[in-house]
Amino acid sequence: MSETEHIWIARDYSKCSGCRRCEIVCSLSHEGKIWPEASRVRVFMLVPGVEIPHLCVQCSDYPCVDACPADALSIDRQTEAVIVDKEKCTACGRCVEACPGKIPYMHPTENYAVICDLCGGKPKCVEACAEGGWYALEIIKREDTPTFELFAKTPEEITRNVIRKLYGEEWEEAV
Amino acid sequence: MRGYAGKFLEVDLSAGSIKELKFDDEVLRQYIGGRGLAVKILWDRLGGKWETVDPLGPENILLMLTGPLTGYAPGVRLCVSGKSPQSNGVVGSTLATELAIDLKCAGYDGIIFTGEAEKPVYLFIKDSDVEIKDASHIWGKDGKETLKILVKEGREELESRYKQHGLWKDPSAVYIGPAGENKSRLAVVAAKWVHAAGYGGYGAVMGSKKLKAVVAKGTGPLPDVDDMERTLKVTDELLKINFKRTVFRRWGTGYLGYDVGVNSSSEPVWNWQEEWHDEKSFGVDQFERIWVKPYWGDFGCPKTCLKIAVIKSGPFKGAITDNPDYENQAYLGTNLGIFTPEGNVYMTALIDDLGLCGIQTGNVLGFAGELYQRGILTKDDLDGLDLKWGNVEAFASLARMIAERRGIGNILAEGTYRAALKISELKGVDVLKYAVVAKGIGIGAHGIRSEEDYPGYESYPCSVQGGDHTSVARLPINHENSELRVILYDSGVLCWFNFFDTEAQDLIWDLLEAVTGWKITPEDWFGTTARRIIHIQRTLLLLGGPDVRWKPKLDDDVPPRWYEPLRKGPYKGKAVDPERIERARSEYYEAIGWDEKGIPKSEELRRLGLDDVDKRLEELRRST
Repeated sequence: MSETEHIWIARDYSKCSGCRRCEIVCSLSHEGKIWPEASRVRVFMLVPGVEIPHLCVQCSDYPCVDACPADALSIDRQTEAVIVDKEKCTACGRCVEACPGKIPYMHPTENYAVICDLCGGKPKCVEACAEGGWYALEIIKREDTPTFELFAKTPEEITRNVIRKLYGEEWEEAV
Repeated sequence: MRGYAGKFLEVDLSAGSIKELKFDDEVLRQYIGGRGLAVKILWDRLGGKWETVDPLGPENILLMLTGPLTGYAPGVRLCVSGKSPQSNGVVGSTLATELAIDLKCAGYDGIIFTGEAEKPVYLFIKDSDVEIKDASHIWGKDGKETLKILVKEGREELESRYKQHGLWKDPSAVYIGPAGENKSRLAVVAAKWVHAAGYGGYGAVMGSKKLKAVVAKGTGPLPDVDDMERTLKVTDELLKINFKRTVFRRWGTGYLGYDVGVNSSSEPVWNWQEEWHDEKSFGVDQFERIWVKPYWGDFGCPKTCLKIAVIKSGPFKGAITDNPDYENQAYLGTNLGIFTPEGNVYMTALIDDLGLCGIQTGNVLGFAGELYQRGILTKDDLDGLDLKWGNVEAFASLARMIAERRGIGNILAEGTYRAALKISELKGVDVLKYAVVAKGIGIGAHGIRSEEDYPGYESYPCSVQGGDHTSVARLPINHENSELRVILYDSGVLCWFNFFDTEAQDLIWDLLEAVTGWKITPEDWFGTTARRIIHIQRTLLLLGGPDVRWKPKLDDDVPPRWYEPLRKGPYKGKAVDPERIERARSEYYEAIGWDEKGIPKSEELRRLGLDDVDKRLEELRRST
């Protein structure tokens, strides 16, 4: 894969059905089990009907990688995804603090952070979403623009945006 | 024991104590989970004194159970059960909620609640940390407000007690609204604003136990299965089958509010005075224009047949609910003479918020509407409400009175059957003939007079869950809609909607074996396993009490309304034929193993090792 063909997972929250099939295939692929709380993509539902698939956006300045005191995070040269070295990671949580969207989190039973690795370039979550015709997650080409970073937001911030669109602005204060 | 977490929680609300318990492999193999296991637990613990157990008293047991297939079969359901304040029997009442997943991921297959709390409480589960928490500040709140507080508090609790995790996802929750708190027999156990275990009235049981909610976060994986590769292969086939159900996926049951009226002529209109209508204002195209999300569903669902409806302008502005689904379209729409999506969405959202059941409430509202039409109930009886068909605000006000047990709402909160007895007594006229119920349970919105819909003559009369349209009796007993098959879904516990296709139905045996390692054949199921469950359910239904007991055979009937001919539409003039009811009932009794009075036969019970059940029926056999 050449540098100009990097992929990015676009997300259209208003299309997310809340089926969580992304969590199922992600955890099956990374953990060999159906394990929602160990999935690299997590669907937040702070308000019913406003489901937010939350996953790494691969910021171009990678604040999480910079913040890691254990040198456990690196950038995959092929995919530009953040790769966690499970041996080196101490689960200190600095990457979470550094992430503008607070996206990484600690594995529920192991001592390391979990971050989307783009499945080496063929994300299973996107396949599952397309198979069902939902297209809440879709692969687009990653180009040289700061736009992608804008998606590194917390579930609360995203929910407020989406709820305005779905239910109306009076609902923003519900979050 | 594969597919199971292996442990259950038992919460004694009177003592405020929590313990873990296990069931033998053989019990689980015989009763699976969900509805089947509920029947077993209730029989073992309360069977000996069933007639005296008040469903709304501390002796009743409230169950929230998953099954081995929960989380593996596509879609998710949790089974809620106990002694039903509607039928005085047992109803396996399921709802879609991720609580089923969180419970299993926390290490529990289900929860058994006994006793009753002194003050309002809720149960909070984080893996093996389980705590009974004060719910005084949430008591009295409606559905949407309740869930908002539970999610906020739940996340704060997780963030503060389990640090360094990163952001905590929302815990899942089931809860009751004001109707449950006030022990209305029409109250549901709710989730995610719009999901409800309605049949059975278990929201009232939660209310009687002062249990406002159950909130859980489980951080483990789903329990191991016997053969993961095979499990995933079968589920993949099930997904593919369901992706092909394009009409159902596109509209859910939301296109039936028009179709069932105009097409099969089996939809309740004006308290079932009609079952036909041709109101194009109620077409799915009119609902589509208010849907803001095209597909909505729950954990693992390929169909995502729900849609979110939002009213953004006009007098009903701000109302939000799903679709509404067919049952709510019918019972909170056509049955009340309401034929606009806006009015229907408003009513449905209100019923969600109050924690009422759309079916049971629409049934009793329609009943009250007919009494008003006939001049039996007057404005004076109704606190001045003009309960004309189609008057959305009047029906909405009456629904609020039911949830709060105000005025005549206090009588109607008892459900159509009990309200009919009371109003007959108060007014000195027989109004039971206007009650469209079976065994104390308002009948789902699928009539049988036209014989064009799925329930047949034996459907509601012979069901062990009365008017429950998701669990009707059907011959042959292995029919795709038969009650014995539904018991498999409700015990699995899984969503029937993903098993509509014959191919999918055939795969369930593979899935059961792949997950549990148990080879259960259709012959085993229909001949033995499901028979045990249905016979115990029938026995408990017939034992009944304390306020109402059903007469074997006599009460196995359709409501009087259905003996009246349809007045309009393509099936005008069709009515239920009493001789054919008699025949259908006899054939069903014979096929299922009940005697000519509908009591499970001695030899059948003994064949299944249910000697204790047989003994318990001796008195009933003598007195009938």
